[in-house]
Amino acid sequence: MVKRIVVGAHYGLRDWLAQRVTAVVMAVYSAIVVVVLMIGQPINYAVWRDLFAQGWMRVATLLFAASVAWHMWVGMRDILMDYVKPTGVRLSAQVLVLLVIAGYLGWTVQILWR
Amino acid sequence: MAYSAAKKPRPKYLSLSAILFEIRLPLAGWVSILHRASGVLLFVSTLWLLFMLDRSLASPGGFDFVRHYLGLAPVKLALLVLVWAYCHHFCAGIRFLLLDLHKGIDKARARASSIAVLVASLALTVFFGARLW
Repeated sequence: MVKRIVVGAHYGLRDWLAQRVTAVVMAVYSAIVVVVLMIGQPINYAVWRDLFAQGWMRVATLLFAASVAWHMWVGMRDILMDYVKPTGVRLSAQVLVLLVIAGYLGWTVQILWR
Repeated sequence: MAYSAAKKPRPKYLSLSAILFEIRLPLAGWVSILHRASGVLLFVSTLWLLFMLDRSLASPGGFDFVRHYLGLAPVKLALLVLVWAYCHHFCAGIRFLLLDLHKGIDKARARASSIAVLVASLALTVFFGARLW
């Protein structure tokens, strides 16, 4: 019988798989953005603003941000599980990480749909 | 020889100098620990990157501020470190995905791919660094 603890990994496949799926989403977005920036015009404010004013770019960036958020959570949680042993400290750190990630995500939405 | 090896004092406690100088990680180990370190760095730095994205899209003045700000030498250096962190995390991540698919898991090819990750991420950093300057 596995001893289940609240700050553990839920002993499942889902987060492991999510980390890999989100990695692929981020890789595809990164490649698209690099290509768009390299073949496009030199960046000035108008070009930059118009790029992020397009619907597809906003949605793609939101998908990227959501993938980053989920990926960061799995990665940071793995690191905290490896290096932080006291349950209370680990739980506090995990809560802090989640709050920071939620803040990042909210800020991203605010930036994209200003 | 086997006898003298067995006489080593046990348990051996790891000192900081042992961690820094005595334990030699294989190259795949370096790729792995740098994947972790770069991940933490990117997690923390997202605050800064979002700040710059926010300013640069907010107004022409904000865009000019970010452009000027990114021209400062320490800022450029910090950004270059983040570019490396992203490239390393990207390349090492692709290696891990391939390992998950059981591609290149024999010792020789795993070692070759870890060298490829270290070299490719540095090369990409130089490439993007040159473009950014």
